Amino acid sequence: MNRRFGSVVLDTAFRYLVPFILVYAVYVLIHGEDSPGGGFQAGALFGIAIVLEHLVHGDKAFLKIPGTWAVAVAGGGALFYGLIGLFCILSGGNMLQYGMLPLMQDVVERHVLGILGIEIGVTICVMATIVAIFNALTGREDLL
Amino acid sequence: MKLFSYLSLGLMVVVLFATAGGLPVLFDKNSPAAVNVSPRYIEESHRETGSPNFVTAVLADYRGYDTLGETTVIFTAGVAAVLLLRTGRKNGDDSGVDGE
Repeated sequence: MNRRFGSVVLDTAFRYLVPFILVYAVYVLIHGEDSPGGGFQAGALFGIAIVLEHLVHGDKAFLKIPGTWAVAVAGGGALFYGLIGLFCILSGGNMLQYGMLPLMQDVVERHVLGILGIEIGVTICVMATIVAIFNALTGREDLL
Repeated sequence: MKLFSYLSLGLMVVVLFATAGGLPVLFDKNSPAAVNVSPRYIEESHRETGSPNFVTAVLADYRGYDTLGETTVIFTAGVAAVLLLRTGRKNGDDSGVDGE
């Protein structure tokens, strides 16, 4: 993976595309409650940004989830989702009843934060899964 | 064994065709899905959940447990894919893969 991915045009284009993909992913994630979008789509965007960064920069990539850590991070995302549901139970509500989260005074704010929390968990899971499959395909899982 | 496969396939086809007539017509306003669940989501989801969006209300509130399952499915599929790819490389010859 040390050699160039494509031609000069492709490499340069991807180099400029990656920051925009990241910003768009954050927008899709944060704005997912009001508009189409959400955790799964944002995770796919983050994943493709990291994959493109790998392809263009090789081992010197700025964004990377090295080796077997990617699978652990994916599990962490799913675990984060489950923990939010568990916190709702521990603070006296039902599973995933976000209004019962012990965070703020306002029920609506707690609800929005809970939804954002589970979306972040989904995003981390999808992103790290894509990166893990990419790492396994390109044989990078040994670089811990 | 092959005969059993064909017989079960034929039985499945017969059952599917026999029951297809009982399905509601597409875009039927009086079908069970359009009468029971959809009006509840459309009319009550904002009051019940506080979400400004039906899709978010269904995804995160009414069926949050289902979304947790979907996330777990994606994680499981990723783990299975990584394990399969890694096992194939270890059992095969390493020289051919690393040669590029």
